[in-house]
Amino acid sequence: MTTNTRTTSGTSRPRHAHRKPGGHRERLAQWTFVLPMMLFLLLFFCYPVLRNLAMSFQEWTVASFYEGGSPFVGLDNYIALVTDPIFGRAVLNTALFTAGSLLFQFVIGLGLAVFFQRRFPLSGTLRGLMLLPWLLPLVVSGAVFRWIYDEGFGVLNQLLLGLHLISDPIPWLSSTQYALTSAIIANIWVGVPFNLVILHSGLQAVPASLYEAAALDGAGPWQRFRMITLPLLRPVIAIVLMLGLIYTLKVFDMIMILTGGGPANASETLTTWSFALSFEEFDFGQGAAVGNLLIVIALVFALLYLRSIRNTFSSQGERG
Amino acid sequence: MVTFGLALLLVTAGCTGGVSSRPADVVVELDHYTSAEAGRQFRSVLDRCAERFGLRIRRQNVPVDQLMPKVLRDATAHSLPDLLFVDNPDLKTVAKTGALTELSQYGLSGEGFYPGIVEAGSYRGKLYGLAPGVNGLALFYNRTMFERAGLEPPETWQEMRSAAGELTEGSTHGIAFSAIASEEGSWQFEPFLWSNGGALDSLDSRRSVEALEFWSGLVEEGLASRSVVNWNQNDVIDRFAGGNAAMMINGSWSLSSLDDSGVDYGIVTLPTPSPDIAPKVPLGGEVGAIPETTPERQRDAARVLGCMLERDNMLDWTSDHAYVPARTKVAEQYAAERPVMKPFVEEVATGRARTAELGPRYREVSQGLADAIQATIAGSTSPREALERAARIAANAD
Repeated sequence: MTTNTRTTSGTSRPRHAHRKPGGHRERLAQWTFVLPMMLFLLLFFCYPVLRNLAMSFQEWTVASFYEGGSPFVGLDNYIALVTDPIFGRAVLNTALFTAGSLLFQFVIGLGLAVFFQRRFPLSGTLRGLMLLPWLLPLVVSGAVFRWIYDEGFGVLNQLLLGLHLISDPIPWLSSTQYALTSAIIANIWVGVPFNLVILHSGLQAVPASLYEAAALDGAGPWQRFRMITLPLLRPVIAIVLMLGLIYTLKVFDMIMILTGGGPANASETLTTWSFALSFEEFDFGQGAAVGNLLIVIALVFALLYLRSIRNTFSSQGERG
Repeated sequence: MVTFGLALLLVTAGCTGGVSSRPADVVVELDHYTSAEAGRQFRSVLDRCAERFGLRIRRQNVPVDQLMPKVLRDATAHSLPDLLFVDNPDLKTVAKTGALTELSQYGLSGEGFYPGIVEAGSYRGKLYGLAPGVNGLALFYNRTMFERAGLEPPETWQEMRSAAGELTEGSTHGIAFSAIASEEGSWQFEPFLWSNGGALDSLDSRRSVEALEFWSGLVEEGLASRSVVNWNQNDVIDRFAGGNAAMMINGSWSLSSLDDSGVDYGIVTLPTPSPDIAPKVPLGGEVGAIPETTPERQRDAARVLGCMLERDNMLDWTSDHAYVPARTKVAEQYAAERPVMKPFVEEVATGRARTAELGPRYREVSQGLADAIQATIAGSTSPREALERAARIAANAD
């Protein structure tokens, strides 16, 4: 945002004039553009985050809401979290959920994007249809997946039984063994279109002449993919993975609808646990602490992303 | 500048809007009867009572799991409703915050009410909430299936298990219940815990462990679906109504959906370990409470609540809603008129408040218990191990 303001003001102002009478007005005008945004950020971003941070150092219970008494307890909430047996499980589940979802979403998305790069009859329509999972509200797809996964009546078990791939129905959502995997599979289905769309548009920017030249030099399809597609797609891949990571870290609705974090915390992630602590056990201090942990994790990855962007831009600058 | 001004206006409007803009004759009420039918029935009793005192009702309702978060938000903003209907195990939690007023100052008392529900409405010996109606759990059985197999409805655990075994066939399970990881899951298990001599404050006792062994055994032996860990009580109704379960454990509120489904069913009180033990069910239902507002508003709310607790209004609402009247005398008459409700009325007489042993700590312990049930049914934890963990949570609960 800052760079934008600087360039516009730089071009509109004649270079030799140090201070024009209109300068003050112009500055005011600039502020009026920035102010609503700043106000919005302060109110709806800074305030909640700071409040959440403060809350995590307080003993914040039901009584705090009415009487307002919420004593400062230092790191007690964080200590209670780390010593909670659910903590390790929630962290591990969050990592597995994020890594599993991301890996398959990306690989499937990239495969489909490359596939749709060719033109064939109905390719446009099919690509449009692939967007469907993304367009559906998560509550709807979650409810449908609940039905698909049902142990006795679900279409998935019926299919597997019919094909004689399994002899007993699999308790997809009702066993601690399968619940997390089932949630990951559902989330992969939801995330593929996002990867497909971004990667596909990235592919459009790769000049076709490169492929033609490579083909003339005798490069096979795999070599063309490895030597041309992947390197030229790198900035787009970075964006897709980073956004995907942040989206997946904070997935809440899908798990909540499918399993509610259960059974027996088998699919509990940091988000569902934070919700359970705050709104089921009314321990808002600890709930806030889990929330902060998530913010920190997301922040670390966001910084890594910003760094990688800077590197990409500077290396591009050197090349140009 | 316009945007900025507008934003500021919206913000200030948002802060003050809820509280000040209400005429004096309006009573703001909050409950969680979100289904169209239940909402309409409740509304009509509220309106009737408000009209008598020249008042109007502004009714708010939210889904049951959002009621407590809303109450807490309202408490922070000091914009609590004038009249609040909260699930009875949560009453002590709200009362503990100091936001509720004692009912005796309005001339309301628990005399003639079932002791269990008065206990649920009290905190530290003072009465803060009273209910027009209560509910409880009973055993529903599919009459067609039972007659075809030549079975009688079960009275003991053993009979229930063997009936379930005989009726389990293909995609039909012998019994359905809810073991979801929330209050609903613990509430369904509690009658089995209590009638076996177990208790919420000694979850690791032998009696408690035996009860959970019986409960999880139903799933282990295949008499109940493993999906019970994901079913709430409405899902259980669906399974039973669809003929996919020969019996179910559920409350009286399921009567109307069952009547619509056309399944031929009977209801008996919940089986106990032996015939000479009476069922001990947790009392369900919502209690009306009056938050601290202004003296005039409190008085108006008390009038409406008092009117709802009168015999005729109580009868009206409970028969519409398939609840049991909370006054003993009214309930007796009610049972005589509606035989289908008889098992529920019988059970309410010996019913207990869930919060009787633990007070406001109940919520945390109940969550620990629900997790223990899940760990046993869905995982590989033994009932003893799971309950020992729950007992540790209970010991640390504050």
